[in-house]
This record gives sequence, C-alpha cells and structure tokens, in this order.
Amino acid sequence: MAEIELAYYPGCTLKTTAEEFDLTSRQVCRELGIKLIEIPDWNCCGASSAHEIDAYLAVGLGALNLVKAEKELGLDIVVPCAACFQRLKVAEKELLKGKYPEFPFEGKIKVYDLLRFLAQPEYRRKLKQKVKKPLRGLRAVAYYGCLLTRPPEITDHPQPENPMDMDQILKTIGVECLPWSYKTDCCGASLVVGRIDIVHQLVKKLYEKAQEVGAECVVTACPLCHANLDLRQREINTKFHTNYYLPIFYFTELMALAMGIGQPEKWAKGHLVDPLPLLKAKNLL
Amino acid sequence: MSFLQEVNRRSGEQVQLCFQCFKCSLGCPVAFAMDYLPHQLMRLIQLEKREEVLNSHTIWLCAACETCTTRCPNGIDIAKVIDTLRQMAMEENKGTEKEIVAFHKSFLDTVYHLGRAHEVGLMALYKLRTKRFLDDLWLVPELVKRQKLSFRLSKVENLGEVKKIFKKAALWQK
Ligand code: SF4
Ligand code: SF4
Repeated sequence: MAEIELAYYPGCTLKTTAEEFDLTSRQVCRELGIKLIEIPDWNCCGASSAHEIDAYLAVGLGALNLVKAEKELGLDIVVPCAACFQRLKVAEKELLKGKYPEFPFEGKIKVYDLLRFLAQPEYRRKLKQKVKKPLRGLRAVAYYGCLLTRPPEITDHPQPENPMDMDQILKTIGVECLPWSYKTDCCGASLVVGRIDIVHQLVKKLYEKAQEVGAECVVTACPLCHANLDLRQREINTKFHTNYYLPIFYFTELMALAMGIGQPEKWAKGHLVDPLPLLKAKNLL
Repeated sequence: MSFLQEVNRRSGEQVQLCFQCFKCSLGCPVAFAMDYLPHQLMRLIQLEKREEVLNSHTIWLCAACETCTTRCPNGIDIAKVIDTLRQMAMEENKGTEKEIVAFHKSFLDTVYHLGRAHEVGLMALYKLRTKRFLDDLWLVPELVKRQKLSFRLSKVENLGEVKKIFKKAALWQK
C-alpha cells in the first residue's frame, strides 16, 4: 500500500544502460510505501553536455521538466541519477530567481535525490523492519561521486565533503560499510569519450583505495559512476596488469536484495563485472 | 571591456578575488592532465591572458566535478567560470580538445532530435568500436533521423517544446 506519492524523473540513462537502477529503484520504493509517478513526457536534462556548451540549454532543458511536474502532477520530484538530480536542482534555483518567465514555475514542489530521500530516518526505520536477509559479511565502500553533494549551494547537501546517507542505508541492511577518503572523488564522468586515459587513471585509483580498506565491492548512486567503474574494469586490468574483481552495485540493488524482493539475476545481468560470484561466496543469494 | 570583466559578467563570479591559495588545484582530480592548473587559470584571467586561457586544454579537461567550487575560500564558483570559458571558446571556434567538443555536440544533437539522450549507450558503443567511434559520433544525428540506431530509443512526444529551447541556444547552433 502506497502511503505517499512522488513525481519520478528517471532520466535517459535509467531507460537505457542503467535499467537495473530504474528497476530496483521502483521495487524498493514500492516496498517502502512510496508510489512513483513518472513525469509525463519528461525530456533529457542536458546532463554533462549542455552546461559545457550553452548556458541557456543548461537551464532550459531541466526547467521544462519542473514545469511539467508542477503543472501536471503537483508532486515533489525524486531523481535516482546523480547527474540529472544536479541539473534539475540548478534549474530549480535559477527559475526561482525569476529570470526565465517562459518557464512558469512557482516552487510549490521540491527536487530530491532518491538516495538522500530514502536515508531519512523515517524510511530507514521502515527499511529496517523490511529487511528479511541482512547482507552480513559483505564488505563495501559507499561511493557518492560528485554531483549528489556538490556544489552545496545547488544540492543543499549539509555534508558535501563527507556525506553519510549511503553509509547509513548500507549499515541498516547489514552491509559492513567501510570508511574511506575517496567517497566523493571524481570518476571522470563524460571525459570517458574524449579522454579515456584520464578516466582510467581516476578509476584505477578508486579501485586501489577501495581495496586498501578491505572492500570487496563498491556501491554507487550514479549511472555515470557505475558505467565508468563497471564497464572499464576489464580494460584497466589489461592496461595496468592488475586483476581487480570489484563488483559495482547500485545501492537500490543491495536494498532489494536485503528486502528479498525481485530477482538478483535480473539486475545482475546488466553488469559487466558479474556480482553473482561474490554474492554466492557470501551466501547471500 | 577587459577579459576579466567579460568573464565576471558572463559567469556572475568575481575572479579578481582569487588570492592564489592553490586550494582548488590541490583537490582537482584532473590536475595531472592539465596544461594550466585551476588556480593558474584564474591568475591568467586576472592578467588578461585571453588567448592562453581560451586555447588551453584545461577548460576542456575539467570534469565539472565541482570540488574546487565547493572549497574556494573566496566563494568563487570556479567550475562555473570554466563553463563560461568553454562557451566563450566555442563562440570563437576554439576547442583544443576536439574530441571532447565533438562528444558534447553529438550528445546534444541526439537530445534535439529525440528529446532524450543515450549517454551511457554512447559510451558503450565507443568501447566496442574504440577509436574509430570518434569519427562515427558525428553520424549520430544522421542515424537518429533515419531511425537506424540499434538502441531501443525512447522519445519525447511533444518535441516542439524541446526544440524551442534549442532555438534560443545560440551557442549550440554554432
Ligand atoms: S581556491 Fe579560490 S582563491 Fe584559492 S587559488 Fe583557487 S580560485 Fe583562487
Ligand atoms: S570542477 Fe574542474 S577544475 Fe574544478 S576540481 Fe573539478 S575537474 Fe578540477
């Protein structure tokens, strides 16, 4: 039974290569009593490209979605993708300054990222009650990347240098979430297309630092981070003669697993680094 | 108008406030690949070195991670300044990292035609085709028009509204 309704902005990647993030976000929300209603005819927020090329596009593409959500649904918006979240927040802040009369937005609705929304005490309490199979023995680091927290003037995150939202959720579901200093370091994001050499360096450092503290996997909340850490692992192993085996999860996948909902095989097949051997070894399947 | 004034006006920032503390450059994840470090870029703006700045690799290599912006003791939104510099470089047809510029433009082209993008799909495709894919990137809008892309495409119904935004985006059209 749904207890609250939220407008849902999936964004483009959740409809393509990050389908498993979409799937498990919906499952987890349903289980926690949140009804997600997709914003009708939502459009791309411009992601990491619009703001590099054109200042008007950078605001306008996000703004159109806010107007649609406010007018047609009148519900607060929740966004799983970190990059989309940040773009919609930029649009929200700009529209409220009143400089874009072509986008009538009154600010009656707010924009949340799914991670921080679910980390609220009320939902963590619910989550705790719903855990059927605590993920004991799984050693992980929480990796937030850039755009969920920075810049705090846009994201309104109270702890941009040391966010704890994902750590708290992971601990609630029984994961041994290890402290590390790289939780908000950058993965290189869309530099992957023009300058993959840079992304290789950044991602390799993240693997190194995760393993150094004893992590067996990395948990993310961003499809761009997930793509860079998961898709590039084989390449990096070849290039640097390493043999990393570090499955990369979305936090919603582990939540679903702990709550015993859905089939892990369904989301796992979207990963290049197969997480099933690790989960089997830990008796979590 | 001086270069400094132009950058300040367009970005809404106050670059002259930079006192060269290095904090931005120390936390910058891409510093190792840059020709000028972020604090040096700020200094070059103060010194009116327009050509050096707009032709730098730094403005395109910046990953927009916002670490510098979060940490600057003078509250300069350095990432926003760099966005502005990229836009100025685009206006003058400067773009030292051609492949990066090409990617962003192709990405936006797909959004223009569909209202939605396939960013990570583009990345996966890039992996499959390695370097040659960079040439193919320019083909994306053509493929989209002919509905020949092999991804499952999702599309916005009311594309008119999206296109209206693009029509106002002078720099994208360049
Ligand atoms: S952190 Fe700010 S003040 Fe310090 S060098 Fe960078 S831009 Fe200048
Ligand atoms: S926003 Fe750009 S310049 Fe600033 S720290 Fe990140 S990569 Fe470096």
